[in-house]
Amino acid sequence: MKHVLSVLVENKPGVLSRVTGLISRRGFNIESLSVGPTEDPTMSRVTAIVKADEVAYEQITKQLHKLISVYKISDLTDEGAIERELVLFKVNAQPERRNEIIEIANVFRAKIVDVGRSSLTIEATGDESKLKGMEDLFRAYGIKEIIRTGKIAMSRNSKEQ
Amino acid sequence: MSEKQVKKPTFDKQGQTMSGAQAVVASLEAEGVDTVFGYPGGQAIKIYDALYDSDQINHVLARHEQGAVHEADGYARATGRVGVAIVTSGPGATNTVTGIATAYMDSVPLVVITGQVPRGVIGTDSFQESDIVGITMPVVKHSFLLQSTDELTRTFREAFHIASTGRPGPVLIDVPSDLASEEMLFVYPDSVSIPSYKPTYKGNAKQIRAAMKAIMEAKRPVLYVGGGVISSGATDEVVELADYMQIPVVTTLMGKGAFPASNPLDLGPVGMHGAKYSNLAMTESDLIVAIGARFSDRVTGKVSEFAPAARVIHIDIDPAEIGKIRDAEIPIVGDAKGVVSALVSNLKKAEAKPQTAQWLEKLQAWQERFPFYHPHVVEGEEAGTIVPELVMTSLSEQLDPEKSIVVTEVGQHQMWASQFIDREVPRSFLSSGGLGTMGFGFPAAIGAAIGEPEKTVVCVAGDGSFQMNSQEMATASINRVPVKVLIMDNRCLGMVHQWQKLFYHERYSSTLLDACPDFVKLADAYGWRARRVEDPAEVDDAIAEMLSSVDPYLLDVVISRDQNVYPMVAPGKALDDVMGAIDVAVGAVRTDMPNAKEPKSPCSKIDAQFGGRWEIDPEDVKERLDVAQAVAQGDALSAAEVLRAQTSANTTWSAREE
Repeated sequence: MKHVLSVLVENKPGVLSRVTGLISRRGFNIESLSVGPTEDPTMSRVTAIVKADEVAYEQITKQLHKLISVYKISDLTDEGAIERELVLFKVNAQPERRNEIIEIANVFRAKIVDVGRSSLTIEATGDESKLKGMEDLFRAYGIKEIIRTGKIAMSRNSKEQ
Repeated sequence: MSEKQVKKPTFDKQGQTMSGAQAVVASLEAEGVDTVFGYPGGQAIKIYDALYDSDQINHVLARHEQGAVHEADGYARATGRVGVAIVTSGPGATNTVTGIATAYMDSVPLVVITGQVPRGVIGTDSFQESDIVGITMPVVKHSFLLQSTDELTRTFREAFHIASTGRPGPVLIDVPSDLASEEMLFVYPDSVSIPSYKPTYKGNAKQIRAAMKAIMEAKRPVLYVGGGVISSGATDEVVELADYMQIPVVTTLMGKGAFPASNPLDLGPVGMHGAKYSNLAMTESDLIVAIGARFSDRVTGKVSEFAPAARVIHIDIDPAEIGKIRDAEIPIVGDAKGVVSALVSNLKKAEAKPQTAQWLEKLQAWQERFPFYHPHVVEGEEAGTIVPELVMTSLSEQLDPEKSIVVTEVGQHQMWASQFIDREVPRSFLSSGGLGTMGFGFPAAIGAAIGEPEKTVVCVAGDGSFQMNSQEMATASINRVPVKVLIMDNRCLGMVHQWQKLFYHERYSSTLLDACPDFVKLADAYGWRARRVEDPAEVDDAIAEMLSSVDPYLLDVVISRDQNVYPMVAPGKALDDVMGAIDVAVGAVRTDMPNAKEPKSPCSKIDAQFGGRWEIDPEDVKERLDVAQAVAQGDALSAAEVLRAQTSANTTWSAREE
């Protein structure tokens, strides 16, 4: 199953490769990855989506814990955590169909960020199901390009100490 | 050299202004380092210049960086202190990789200092640049690339702390050479605090009580003792636990020496080449108490059939080891010494009584029935050749177990040494267990002999392994290290040869080394004493001569190529599926011998185990059939001829064969 791993690490050169190297070395593919500094500039947050069964997942987290650069690992999979990803869609849009596409974007509260002669670029954020829904709808018009930031996640309320 | 005393950390350089290189040396002095191993080079030259002034640190010049790291490793394993190696950038650094990986797999505390090109040119493919921090990332406990002299002393303090605490391991510090010449104020920190690194030492009290209950309920318990007991210094506690509850003890290769061989509860080595009785004990047990051991595939055999009836108590300082291979019903994360001692006091408080009499009786019967060696079992061909088992026994008997260290290389001789050399104290048997590094043993023996100058250090080697780092003979000669090397010389890569014999239809692809070089002459070239023995009657005397030598000494013991290490559990087989164990109940013969001469494909068994990855090349079927046919007709000579035609002829071997 998919796991959302939120790893708090030292904000230093090479730390990302320690984390990702360890995950791939143990035989897992990282489906999505995002990294950025936290409220404390000496620390960074790595959010990685990894597919693994329970035993393998436990082994990955234990091994990650052994890295000296890792402070804390949270599994945000089952917590109903807030998950977001930003996606840019470049969709085929002949002038006569532009309005339809803009309407769809509005329904999903996405933004039109660029208009071309025969395409529209749409910026959307949301969780997986929303973005998947948009993608399916846009596919009918022809998607030229999709770019994703990778998922980030945060636990709700005071679940995180 | 060896008389140099270990100084307590000196801080008399505290507060002085010095160069980065001098601060590197001062940091090592502050850590109490008395010996470092290494090899200089362009980017390490400033550190070496600073080292020139150190009264405290003895630098041992190796002949290859790999040798230097193995020497530091042997020093660390023998003394329990952190081993230190210093090398230069680029090739100097990459040559350390095998040594670092060896230490990592066996949890040995090392600090490896590598010179690096100046910060300004890092990343430009400059001369002798290599990204050693990147290269070693999977095989270090931690690594640092120094970015500024401000963090130099703290980095060294942390490196030694990380290397030696928790589950020990190698730490690498990469020092750009421009930092080495920068002026800085030397302030060595007293304490170290790494918020993300807090190993758990104290075992959970509730879990320890649960373990106590499980031990009291067990009828057929086994203590499964690994290298963690040695790292932790928990031998006394483990002996007390075994004695108090009368629990038999099996040891892993890394755990050899952690439990005294003379204790009647000792069952010796377990696993692929362990005793049949030890393997049966594991398989039949109802409780395995794993202490600092990690259920390696060389111990468990086929995991799904390993000890099917056993509950498992797993004591380890590394939480990642628990449940990795075998589920543990009672996991205890903590330092073995404290956990086992708490376990014993709990058992005593509960007035637990041993109830293993029947179990021990059964084991005793197995021990008598399946001995490691029996004089009626003669291996190989003609009598009159030296029997490796007896060489090891003779060495074992002639060594004072308290005052000697046996270091092994990797291969058949390593397994014979683990089977036949009795060890009484921890840190007296050093071997590359996890990585299985050929070329480890000899330099490690030099390091051990430098670390423990009062002890006799013998390296049991194979002719293949020894040649992987034989250049270190110069290191031993020049530093007057009285290390002894006993080569079990079968002129082939014995362990692979054995597998080829058993599983690859006697197709000896690239395993015949032939009698080259002449080890006695080689030893002479390095100023060593040496002797070659071919007559079984000379073995005892030759070993005695070797042990009494004050100089480095090489003993070349010629054994047959056809000697196999038995008993053996074939890879992928269940632990109790033992082949080649001696069974005195049926008349002292090896039982369950594999039939190597089966007419079917030699690779088919392996194919079945590994999912068909080892396919037959139709091109070479004919050649193989020629050999097989000759063998089937009992015509060893013509088989040898066919083989010889396929390998490049070597006169020495051919002459001896004929």
